Amino acid sequence: MQILSNINILIEAPVFNLALLIEGLLIGSVFALAAYGLALVWGVMNVKNLAQGDFVIMGGYIAWYLGEHGIHPLFGVPVAFLILWCFGWLIYRTIIYRVIDKDLFTSLLATFGIALVISQLLNLLFSSDTQTADAGFESWFFFDGMVSIAQVKLIAFVCAALLAAGVITFMKNSRMGQAIRATAQDARAAKVLGIDTDKVYCFTFSLNAAICGAAGALIAMIWVIQPFYGITFSIRSFVIVTAAGFGNLPGVIAAGLGMGVLEQFGGFILGATFQQAIVVGLLVLVLVVRQMQQSRHRQVVQ
Amino acid sequence: MAVATTDKDGAPEQGSGISISLGSLLLHGGILVAGIAAPLIWPAYTIQLSVLWLMIVFALTWDILGGQMGYNSLGNIFFFGAGMYVSAVVQIGLYHPVGEYTDSAGQGFYAFTEAQYFTGLAAGIAAAAVLSSLFAIIFGRIVFGLRGPYFAIGTLGVAIAAGELIGAWDWVGGGSGISMPPFPGDPDIGKYFFYAQNFLLAISVFIFCKWLYSTRFGLALNAIRDDEEKAEGMGIHTLRYKMVAWSIAAFFLGISGAIFGNMTGFIEPLEVAFPTVTFGIFMVLMVLLGGKGTIWGPIVGAVIFHVIKEVTWTYLLGWQWVALGALIVIIVVYFQEGVVGWLMRKKPEWFGIRVERKDDTPAEAAE
Repeated sequence: MQILSNINILIEAPVFNLALLIEGLLIGSVFALAAYGLALVWGVMNVKNLAQGDFVIMGGYIAWYLGEHGIHPLFGVPVAFLILWCFGWLIYRTIIYRVIDKDLFTSLLATFGIALVISQLLNLLFSSDTQTADAGFESWFFFDGMVSIAQVKLIAFVCAALLAAGVITFMKNSRMGQAIRATAQDARAAKVLGIDTDKVYCFTFSLNAAICGAAGALIAMIWVIQPFYGITFSIRSFVIVTAAGFGNLPGVIAAGLGMGVLEQFGGFILGATFQQAIVVGLLVLVLVVRQMQQSRHRQVVQ
Repeated sequence: MAVATTDKDGAPEQGSGISISLGSLLLHGGILVAGIAAPLIWPAYTIQLSVLWLMIVFALTWDILGGQMGYNSLGNIFFFGAGMYVSAVVQIGLYHPVGEYTDSAGQGFYAFTEAQYFTGLAAGIAAAAVLSSLFAIIFGRIVFGLRGPYFAIGTLGVAIAAGELIGAWDWVGGGSGISMPPFPGDPDIGKYFFYAQNFLLAISVFIFCKWLYSTRFGLALNAIRDDEEKAEGMGIHTLRYKMVAWSIAAFFLGISGAIFGNMTGFIEPLEVAFPTVTFGIFMVLMVLLGGKGTIWGPIVGAVIFHVIKEVTWTYLLGWQWVALGALIVIIVVYFQEGVVGWLMRKKPEWFGIRVERKDDTPAEAAE
């Protein structure tokens, strides 16, 4: 009944739709960022990183920690980028390089273990309270205060867009970017042509961690973070990448924004307690759709 | 019925169930005696010992899919929780309105006579087993088109979603859970009662798995693991085999959930019924630790894991979860063959595998 009345609100006051839409798009941009990192790692080195969300939360805690010590959390974005870069390098050199050529479940389980360690360490360090890095910006109001846009969310959106643009330019034009794309296409051929694939993998994984860190710093400013929210972000990234397919950058961005919007509407209609259930429900839905497409493909082959 | 010889690739355990040697008689008999005697010798540890048998059930049922069929599920815990809730609803619903019972949160007066308790328990366990396998068939249709990591993530999603949805469903108590009907009579007798159930369940799962792996069905599962496309090409209806295998695992997990729910006396969706990151991941870890795809591997892994966990857990003071994560990484990255897999490679003759040494290249038995 609550659900019906919530839907009724949306129908009777169309501006609410606008508010939810804008909110969803602004948050979705950050989802898209983390998902792009996953698509990169998945496409290039075929590692399904379940610690993705925990990298995000780590970045968030860096921004929050700086904010607590008198440094504006916006500076947390580059700081988190750098720290997570080093962290990603460390993880690659100690763990990931050993699981790259093993079967896929190995990498999944290994990264699950990493995720567990990170979230529990964060829990021990910062306790399990939810935190927000206070960036101290105000909100704009439209339609007599029915629609409010927090400036910090817009800033986060711009930051995410700038970062994405930077990464895309890097991938397109730089020498390393070319090497990464070549390795993604055919690792053996790339090796034959003199590309040090190990270096490429290492760089890709560090870059992914760094992107996640920056995304997390943005999340800390516009939303709440908590040590155990990581798994939700990992699942979000999986949903987005599975829906879009890796190597499909516009698809990842569109799916990320769509995910943000769907979650906002779902959360409004069903209530906030269903937030995680919505994310997981979307995951199951995307997998089912994928499977139906695949079975059709298999029938055509038969 | 084809009985695989021990020389066959990938299934070295098979056939050993037919010939009974003195050694295996001593081993099995010893385990039986230890299982019966242990709670009498150490009555203070009855609960921990019950959980040990439960862990063995977890590991053995996970290995049906994970080890023998090559489908690594992260969501098998779903059936455990489903069985727990089904049995709770049946046990209460037979004699009282479920909604009112859960509303009162254990405060109201809802009596169960002794006869009601035991019929309810039996009906609850039976319903849990049947419905869990039914769920396996329903979800199998959804997830079995998924291969490899998609399957793992999809099943994980199902388990997490189930926990969240049950937590929002007030009729079954929502997030605050259900207090189960208390065991009539002396609680100490109750402990032995549930210990015996866990023990019998673990033994029956073991015997069933051992039999299963010696049949054509077991061979078909191995064929799916080794190459699903080829297995399909050979005329194995892979989807049907996968569903049956999963519903077997679900059947036993449902029973274990029903027993565990009654043993703890209080069930709740996130920590007790659908604990994805504890029991759900323990089962995978135990099998990997012991060696997947073998019959003894899951048991060895479960025993080692449970003993280490019980001994160290309380001394780690909050660091136990970090240690668990680190353990996962270490096992997965450095020790994937597991204890039994390692032994099999080092001492193949212990497992009845004949290694023929031609030239000087020792043939590695069992892959």
